Amino acid sequence: MHSAPRYASNDGVADAIAKALGKHVVQITEAHGEIAVEVVTSKLVEAMTLLRDELAYQQLMEIAGVDWPDHDPRFEVVYCLLSLTKNHRIRVHVRTNEDVAVPSVTSIWPVAGWLEREVFDMYGVLFEGNSDLRRILTDYGFSGHPQRKDFPLTGYTELRYSEEHKRVMYEPVSLPQDFRKFDFMSPWEGADYVLPGDEKGEQK
Amino acid sequence: MSLSPDLAPTTTGEDIANYTINFGPQHPAAHGVLRLVMELDGEIIERLDPHVGLLHRGTEKLIEYKTYLQALPYFDRLDYCSPLGMEHSYVLAVEKLLNVEVPLRAQYLRVLFAELTRICNHMLNLGSHVMDVGAMTPNLWLFEIREDCLNFFERASGARMHAAWFRPGGVHQDVPLKLLTDIADWLDNRVPQLFEDAISLVADNRIFKQRNVDIAVVSKEDSIRWGFSGPMIRAAGIPWDIRKSQPYDVYDRVEFDVPVGTKGDCYDRFMVRVEEVRQSIRIMKQCLRDMPEGPVLTEDRKVAPPKRADMKQSMEALIHHFKLYTEGFKVPEGSVYVATESPKGEFGVYLVSDGTNKPYRCKIRPTAFSHLQAMDFMSRGHMLADTTAILGALDIVFGECDR
Repeated sequence: MHSAPRYASNDGVADAIAKALGKHVVQITEAHGEIAVEVVTSKLVEAMTLLRDELAYQQLMEIAGVDWPDHDPRFEVVYCLLSLTKNHRIRVHVRTNEDVAVPSVTSIWPVAGWLEREVFDMYGVLFEGNSDLRRILTDYGFSGHPQRKDFPLTGYTELRYSEEHKRVMYEPVSLPQDFRKFDFMSPWEGADYVLPGDEKGEQK
Repeated sequence: MSLSPDLAPTTTGEDIANYTINFGPQHPAAHGVLRLVMELDGEIIERLDPHVGLLHRGTEKLIEYKTYLQALPYFDRLDYCSPLGMEHSYVLAVEKLLNVEVPLRAQYLRVLFAELTRICNHMLNLGSHVMDVGAMTPNLWLFEIREDCLNFFERASGARMHAAWFRPGGVHQDVPLKLLTDIADWLDNRVPQLFEDAISLVADNRIFKQRNVDIAVVSKEDSIRWGFSGPMIRAAGIPWDIRKSQPYDVYDRVEFDVPVGTKGDCYDRFMVRVEEVRQSIRIMKQCLRDMPEGPVLTEDRKVAPPKRADMKQSMEALIHHFKLYTEGFKVPEGSVYVATESPKGEFGVYLVSDGTNKPYRCKIRPTAFSHLQAMDFMSRGHMLADTTAILGALDIVFGECDR
């Protein structure tokens, strides 16, 4: 058994959430000892209010974005809730697209203001009702959403001080060597690419 | 002629408007690269807009391209004042996904060093807080303790700051007995003396109290709504400590008290941290007393590498070592959110694994982010000079805030 933080038991929590939220719930899963509740995106505020007021999840600790380029809708927004009185944690998941705004929970927890700004900055997920949806972590005048899986690790621009122009300037990234991404998929465990030389066998 | 509302009459008869100033990004009291855009009415703060992200390095993005073990050192570099506290959350998150058991000695060692990290962090914070409000001497004395802490880290891991010593499955290497006896000696003799001396200079000091008491009072309700954690929520009067309520490693086997504040002002935050240092000393002494002998890294060879000596004799050990340091271990599919009580508050890691050897997503929950966001409402109506006291009591490090 691992020694990660041990909080109150999950027994009966999933049923209580299903009962309280009713048809706002898409699915409730329990894995690795944690309960994840997926709710209907448009009903997020209602569901969160119920979770806070009826099930005593008083604190919103974190909002995380996840990008799944193969899924539709593409983005997942994860809210980590904490109950101080019941000593329990759950996660609330919603799914959304680039052009579908997620209802903002700033009216329930003001702390969501910056957390939503960060998800917007990193993934381009829009939050309806957040009155201050500016970029937060990236540079002034940055374009793109760096945490998306299709954004390259090296980025597109780099910064340097130009002695000639006496100012800091942006330039396209130029690297002497490409970023090396190693493939550790074992050919014995279901890699579906053709190994060098194998294509000759196929041709016969 | 009509006076517009933001024009205030002055004694000399001319009208001055509210003005906006920049605090930072390069300012010694900003504790890093923080830019505060302040709207002032005379010396009174009307509105405050913190601009963060000047130290954003894309840690979360980088982690997605590294194996689980390679991602570990990035956590040292988040909150560089308490590196092992950051690692703790990450290794526990990986262990939770792998469901790997950690040997008891390793758990004790981790708690011991996590508490040493807490002392190390609080020495910096308490010292810089008193320096921000005008006192010099305590900071110098507290830095002596911090220097000792860094020396202990070096003796355990080889690195003074960026230890990378906690590993999924335990700790990297066992510590020599002499180090443990030296820590015990240090806890008995040196720390209490230096620390209590330094704190006695400020805790009852009239000037220090004038600068901190009743500054930035936060109610219980506000501290919950704004996502406070750690010393910030305790100073507001809520006895919430993850070490106590959601114990990890061997925190359920040690005894300690959770200090709480009564008013939720900057002075309470300071004193909560002072008491936490005393409690950390208590925890460390119990760890040293109860620590058993035994392995310090799990025997599961799919997670932790074999001993160097085994590799000279056993082919299998050699293969395990090679696989672990090239490919790394694979983590079962799933996602977990693991939060620990870092010295600054709740430091969480939301880890998503897709079953490969690299994290699919690693969201880091910094403590400073929500605390700094509350700075606006905490500072309103206070004087410009109080900003440094409020910032000092927030305990912010930008490596962690900006990631």
